[in-house]
Amino acid sequence: MKPIPVEAGLILAGILFMLGLISVLIRRNIIFMLISVEIMLNAAGLAFITAGARWVQADGQVMFIFILTMAAAEVSVGLALILQIYHQLKTLDSDAANKMRG
Amino acid sequence: MELLWLIPVLPYLGAFLLILVGSMISRKQVPLIGAGSIGLSALVMAVVGIDFLSSGQPYFQQTLWRWMNVGGLDVGITLSLDALSLVFIFVITFVGFLIHIYSSEFMRDDEGYPRFFIFMNLFVGSMLMLVLAGNLVVMYLGWEGVGLCSYLLIGFWYREEKNGYAARKAFIITRVGDTALAIGLFMLFQNLGTLDFREISTRAPEVFTLGSETVVIIAFLLLGGAVGKSAQLPLQTWLPDAMAGPSPVSALIHAATMVTAGVYIIARTHVIFELAPSAQLAVATVGALTLLLAGCSAMMQYDLKRILAYSTISQIGYMFLALGVGAWSAAIFHFMIHAFFKALLFLAAGTVIALLHHEHDIFRMGGLRRSMPAVYWTFLIGAASLAAIPLVTAGFYSKDQILWLALAGEKGNGWLFTAALMGAFVTAIYTFRMVFVAFWGEEKTHPTHHAGTAMILPLVVLAVLSTFAGFIELPHTLGHVQLFTDFLKPVLPEVSLNQSLVHEEWIVQIGAALFTFGGIYIAYLFYIQQPHLLPPVKTYFSGLRKYWLAGWGFDAVYNALLVRPFVGIATINKNDVADRLSDGMVAITNYFHRLFSWTQSGIMRWYMMGIVIGTIMVVTISMLINA
Amino acid sequence: MVTFYIAGSVAVLATIMVITRYNMIHALLYLVISFLAIAIVFHVLGAPFMAALEVIVYAGAIVVLIIFVIMMLNLKQESVDQERQWMSKKLLIGPAILSVILLAELIYIISTTESGAIEQPALDAKAVGLSLYGPYVIGVELSGILLMSGIVGAYHLGRQKKKVVHRFLEAQEH
Repeated sequence: MKPIPVEAGLILAGILFMLGLISVLIRRNIIFMLISVEIMLNAAGLAFITAGARWVQADGQVMFIFILTMAAAEVSVGLALILQIYHQLKTLDSDAANKMRG
Repeated sequence: MELLWLIPVLPYLGAFLLILVGSMISRKQVPLIGAGSIGLSALVMAVVGIDFLSSGQPYFQQTLWRWMNVGGLDVGITLSLDALSLVFIFVITFVGFLIHIYSSEFMRDDEGYPRFFIFMNLFVGSMLMLVLAGNLVVMYLGWEGVGLCSYLLIGFWYREEKNGYAARKAFIITRVGDTALAIGLFMLFQNLGTLDFREISTRAPEVFTLGSETVVIIAFLLLGGAVGKSAQLPLQTWLPDAMAGPSPVSALIHAATMVTAGVYIIARTHVIFELAPSAQLAVATVGALTLLLAGCSAMMQYDLKRILAYSTISQIGYMFLALGVGAWSAAIFHFMIHAFFKALLFLAAGTVIALLHHEHDIFRMGGLRRSMPAVYWTFLIGAASLAAIPLVTAGFYSKDQILWLALAGEKGNGWLFTAALMGAFVTAIYTFRMVFVAFWGEEKTHPTHHAGTAMILPLVVLAVLSTFAGFIELPHTLGHVQLFTDFLKPVLPEVSLNQSLVHEEWIVQIGAALFTFGGIYIAYLFYIQQPHLLPPVKTYFSGLRKYWLAGWGFDAVYNALLVRPFVGIATINKNDVADRLSDGMVAITNYFHRLFSWTQSGIMRWYMMGIVIGTIMVVTISMLINA
Repeated sequence: MVTFYIAGSVAVLATIMVITRYNMIHALLYLVISFLAIAIVFHVLGAPFMAALEVIVYAGAIVVLIIFVIMMLNLKQESVDQERQWMSKKLLIGPAILSVILLAELIYIISTTESGAIEQPALDAKAVGLSLYGPYVIGVELSGILLMSGIVGAYHLGRQKKKVVHRFLEAQEH
């Protein structure tokens, strides 16, 4: 089998990252923002795995484990915050939480 | 004599103490500190004076510490005592003490009671520094100090706007003189390398030739400074307005002490003036012109204190005249006597005004000789001394000496003598006009209460001095006692007389006496005996009256020439470049603030967008750098 | 290798579907597909253990958590309409441009650096474990602390205090 060029993996990660970025920027619903952030995190993890596979070292995969852990913690805390926002502001509009402005 | 430094320091201590605790202690205790410090200073002065006189040495110098040593100028805080400064500190502390006692009762009901004594003590301390200074720099320190205190005290009742205006006017006009003085100091230092009085006296004749340009310029600059502080031509306009201050202030500052600072400085630097005859002639001319000008103005005034103010200007003109003809000790003698009777007149006037509820117009007073006898008699003695009634008043001896020397002195001439004689005539007229209108005749305003002891006692003491203090210097024709001149001889050289006129002295004296009595008679005629003669004379001279009432129009001229253009320029320049610069910076900052605060909208997507844009920028830059 | 490209394109397509749905649950389901596709990519790249982890943790835990919260919020049909209203086409322009720029730069950087091929030996769980508990053991500790703080934070922030009203005021309220 022909070996996979490392650029392909990285470009795939890049494309997924961009898609997540676009989604974060245009969505107003907080939950969709969270989902988009997950997409971005996943794409970053893919980039790490690709790089680790390139050098045949386990470091990339170790990094991916850390990213996974962090994503899990972040989602749980983030969802708790979303619940609070919904409870206080009665809406899932992220523009409603704009009191801290200059 | 080692206690010399206490004399100026004690009033400063009094002021400092009052600053600290003045508002906390009771009304009765404030004058204890305020007048007590001056009293202590007078006591120390007496001790030091006796010590100095008995030791027989001509001068005593005490350096407290070195002030600065920079660029060849080595100046210490040096106090030097000699006959001239002894006379001055005697007058300042003694008359000052009397005035402080007077003001302890006069200002008792005022809300600024401690503040008054603070300023008065500061003033006395600075004035003592001025006359005790051993070099011109310390003297300039005292000079500025008295200028400041004069401003503070004229505008003492600061809630009235016109008082602040008068204070500012005084300060600014004397500032003009101060600048001239400072430039004179600079030139002196540049040419002589020192500003110490004794060294100036020894070095000046070596460095300057008689009548050389430099020394004439220096002398004129010193004269400029003196003219400002002593309210002579052309800087005399501030003194009549300075009467806005309380009467004790007028008595102390604008009669007895500060305005004589000009006389002091000219006497102190007489070596410079002797080397510049044209400047000395200018001194005499300024004196002569001023005394006539002010005398004529005084004749037309109706405000009691303004008459006395113009009278002060006029009498200091006599002192300048004496200095100008080289009669140094005569000028100082007249200073001392004038301090006594002018302080007396101001204090008595203050009493009258206070007891008549701040009535200043003499034509609304009258008949006070019956209702205020003590004040009347002391005022009469002061007025008699001012008018120089022969033989019985001290003023006669001092003024007569000046008259005589204006004619017979080596630098005297007929014009100066005539001016002085006319001045004496006018002085008698306005003085007794004041006495007759305010104290004789029928009563128009009734005094409500009597003055207390604290106000009458200084009047009595000063009245005694105004009568008897003249006997220490009797002219040739009447005993030829020369105690005062001999006393001052180590410091001030004796005037040399034009020998041809020596035997004519008694003619001059009789003439002067006649003019004095003539003036008194005219005042009596027009105001008491046949007052109906007055209105036609008034209407005939009405233009002249208005002109003299406004002080010969100097105020109007200065206003048009100097004040209005300056205020106009300042108004145009209100939004000047520097202002615009700082305003512009504020405006720009505000603009950017609004611009940037628009980006902080609180909407999360904005912030994400910001992060993305930032990332793009960083990546682009690193790409470009590494390309 | 073909597997790689097929899985890759499935992932991209699924992600595009995620970001254009109006219904949250639909989006999440497409997200699961995307994660599964990425897991296959991991396996092809020689990280089978990571593929398993991706499915278990990401698709199986995180997405499920989000689904639970959405159900807890009890959103109705109007949220779908709301989403339709909020996400307009013209908002797409700015972010699209920026992202395309970033993507272009990224591709440029990637393609101009030295390239290499990916060897095929798969790094299995043993290799990862040795590396993780060897040189990177401190990361494990930190992850533990992170998860602990996540638990505590989630518990605390998710708590909702019930407002206790005194019975007198309660009577007034009614």
